[in-house]
Amino acid sequence: MSELTDKSAVRASQKLADADKSKEIVVRRRNPLKKHIKLNWQLYAMMAIPLIYYVVFRYIPMAGNIIAFRRYRAGSSVLGDEWSGLKYFNQFINQASFRRVFKNTLWLNVSYLAFRFPMTLAFALLLNELRNIRWKKFVQTVSYLPHFISVVLVAGMIRELVSASGPINNLLESLGMARVLFLSESKWFTTIFVTSGLWQSLGWGTILYLAAMANINPNLYEAAEVDGAGHFRRVLHVTIPSIMPTIATLLILDFGSLVGSGASFEKVYLIYNPMIYEKADIISTFVFRMGLGSGSYSYATAIGLFEGVINLVLLSVANFTAKKVVGNGLW
Amino acid sequence: MVKGGDNMKNISDQELLEKSELHKKAAESRESARRYQEKFIGKTMVPEFQADGQKLKTANELVIRRSTKKESVGYRVFVVFNNILMLMISLATLYPFIYLVAQSFSSEAAIIQNKVSIIPVGFNITTYISVLSKGDFLNYYKNTIVYAIIGTVLSLIFTSCLAYPLSKPLKANKFLTPFVIFTMYFGGGLIPNYVWITRLGLKGSMWGFLLPMMIGTFYVLLMKSFFTNTPKELEEAGELDGLSKIGIFVRIVLPLSKPIVATMTLFYAVLYWNHWFNAFLYLRKPQWPVAYYLKTIITGASSAEPGEVTAEKMQIASNVKSCAMVLMVLPIICVYPIVQRYYVQGMMLGGVKE
Repeated sequence: MSELTDKSAVRASQKLADADKSKEIVVRRRNPLKKHIKLNWQLYAMMAIPLIYYVVFRYIPMAGNIIAFRRYRAGSSVLGDEWSGLKYFNQFINQASFRRVFKNTLWLNVSYLAFRFPMTLAFALLLNELRNIRWKKFVQTVSYLPHFISVVLVAGMIRELVSASGPINNLLESLGMARVLFLSESKWFTTIFVTSGLWQSLGWGTILYLAAMANINPNLYEAAEVDGAGHFRRVLHVTIPSIMPTIATLLILDFGSLVGSGASFEKVYLIYNPMIYEKADIISTFVFRMGLGSGSYSYATAIGLFEGVINLVLLSVANFTAKKVVGNGLW
Repeated sequence: MVKGGDNMKNISDQELLEKSELHKKAAESRESARRYQEKFIGKTMVPEFQADGQKLKTANELVIRRSTKKESVGYRVFVVFNNILMLMISLATLYPFIYLVAQSFSSEAAIIQNKVSIIPVGFNITTYISVLSKGDFLNYYKNTIVYAIIGTVLSLIFTSCLAYPLSKPLKANKFLTPFVIFTMYFGGGLIPNYVWITRLGLKGSMWGFLLPMMIGTFYVLLMKSFFTNTPKELEEAGELDGLSKIGIFVRIVLPLSKPIVATMTLFYAVLYWNHWFNAFLYLRKPQWPVAYYLKTIITGASSAEPGEVTAEKMQIASNVKSCAMVLMVLPIICVYPIVQRYYVQGMMLGGVKE
């Protein structure tokens, strides 16, 4: 009974489907967009809330950058009161403290990159040479750990480790040297910044390299071995050339973020103090103090926008270069 | 086989029986689903290679097996050196944690005399008891847990709801993908964001803390490239079974995306757990997460004028600081190694583009 009705239902539905098809063809000819939406409206519906989110929490603040050109006071509209032209830009460009933070940002980024880049690569290569899988996993797990730690904790650790009574000073004393107030002397800041940065990122930075190495065809190693290449030659002539695209991509993209100070903001903010502003103050911390500290919203926004535009240009150039040279960009 | 129940499903099953071609196709899809599942959800972490009829997991294993044959003296020296170096790196990475733990269990007197470096001196748990018995700390801890759970759940939902359609060849994606990616390159700076969030009235509510970081563009792209690699045949099979687009996503794609979902869960949870800056900008004291509480005790006690702070005051703070830091980091240390298999895999699949 039920099968019978099923069959007739099938036949009926097939007829309907055929009718639908002929209709669809007509519809497609007339309006492909309508058909596209009819087919995929659920996918668009899924995206709706996230896209609204992007407008509200990403694009409106982006438009809010306009207060760099308009006077903003507490209580005025989000887009400021009246046009002020390039007044705020002229102000900071001619300011010595702005030049200082620009120089510091660049210097810290360059120093950090100069150590981080070769060391990450070397660490990845050495990790790849570990024979015992468990031991390798252990080293990886341990070296990833700092990546998951809050910047607050990193800053707390730095402060504890280099404090006047911390283990580093204890070590110095036991070696017969005087104790040093590391966070009160600006000459130590770059060292602290770079060392803690390496501690945070060395392990995590190897992930993409290790992924690239895992993708190397083992036949290449075999071929190299048949040709009489030893372990070191195999690394030199198989591993490194094989991961060269990854190396190049990461390096080029790193160059693109040399003027960025946003990523370092939290760490610097949590460990610096007025005594070491000379070396430690960077663009983002300067923006923070000028804006939320002294209430010069428009002025601070102008500086932030200046940095943002430079970053946008540098990153685009870097991404473009990476795509041209290596055929692989950021995304 | 086909009895009662959902009418739609009956029809499609009948059709499958009648059109053997379609039937075959669906069977193939299921087969490839099984293979896919084995490959990505199962034990393997990286693409496999077929060499001389032997299955090799990674290039690395090959090197290992071969290296047992014969080794030059230079290589043996290198292996020893390499292992020692790796041990040192591991110890150096762990040392700050060891130091914190040692301090948190040490007596104040021992810390003042600079005796603590690796092992607790004057072992006691009174610091922990005093930190935990203060209502404040537990309240901040509770806030952190609440924020982490709510934030992670919402982030996962919205991130995947954006990433999945973006991974499809939709017409609008030509415009929408750059629309999303552009926010990685440029954004409203600190001040415009602050002004806008305040204007939205989010200051003083937990949404001021959660919403600004609800969707991470990098994570969207990571998920998107994972979804792009999901085999098409599976979704076609779903379509043949009469599933809607959302049905395909929920019933077929999501169950296959365990690695990326686990990765995202970890990343977002860690993000919310660790975040302090939005709390600083938008939250009132009773709403603070533990990360921001830590910030206040870390930068509050020592800091600007080390000379002026009396030794005693600083040491007591050290004790408590370490204790609070250990308590904050403990859940992360416990959880992240467990999910490591997933996030390494997730990063690789997401990061390595085809």
